[in-house]
Amino acid sequence: MLTYEEQAFDALGDPTRRAVLKRLRGGGRSVGEIAEGMEVSRPAVSQHLKILKAARLVTVHAEGTRRVYAVDTRGIESLRKWLEGFWDEALTAFKAVAEREAIKERKQ
Amino acid sequence: MTEPTMSRGTDANSVRKVVSVQAPQAVAWRVFTEKMGAWWPLAYYKIGKANAVDAVIEPHVGGRWYERGDDESMCQWGSVLAWEPHSRLVLSWDISADWQYDPALKTEIEVRFSADGSDRTRVELEHRHLDRYGARRDEMRRIFDTEGDWGKLLEMFARVAAEA
Repeated sequence: MLTYEEQAFDALGDPTRRAVLKRLRGGGRSVGEIAEGMEVSRPAVSQHLKILKAARLVTVHAEGTRRVYAVDTRGIESLRKWLEGFWDEALTAFKAVAEREAIKERKQ
Repeated sequence: MTEPTMSRGTDANSVRKVVSVQAPQAVAWRVFTEKMGAWWPLAYYKIGKANAVDAVIEPHVGGRWYERGDDESMCQWGSVLAWEPHSRLVLSWDISADWQYDPALKTEIEVRFSADGSDRTRVELEHRHLDRYGARRDEMRRIFDTEGDWGKLLEMFARVAAEA
């Protein structure tokens, strides 16, 4: 049994799926909108979305009669956590704030 | 991803991290202790029902360490065990594996600040006594530290990042 994180990395190993995910960064889109301008068929896009959804990288909801796909921020967040670990993440953020603060004080 | 440099401890009951910060020691100390809310990942490392808006350390031994919610609620995480301004801080982290406050838990976080030249600070953090999580130690250790096949992961991540 693969964890969600492992599934997510496997899912991102495919260039078409990365392209699909990238198209969702600007906001939710339907399958048709995602497929537009891509070199893969709509059914193929649907198949990729299914895999992205199973890996918790994409969510789907209904807007009227449309099914709209969007980035699943929870999946992205858990990927990041898996990648970094809590203290790595917290200290990276701490470092950024401390360095900003130091620059601010030097200017004063 | 290359900074900060994180070292992996070998003690199964503790997680150790080191970060080098381009800031004087006093600034690093102040940001860590007084401006924790500005960098702590409050969106998901919090325990209260309300949205957490700040993380506060009361600046003395015995002081509380808590999150403040947007409804002014307070949820305690632990307390101050050592308070040595600009150089050393020890906090107890009393959050159970189920993310509930448990004052009996008492895992410890020690943070040491040392000057590395006039405008760099080396910050060493140790989160220890993870054995107090009992059977869930390894699970918690993975959360605090990091896991995964770094080689494969970083390669994957770099690829995705490069395309973004």
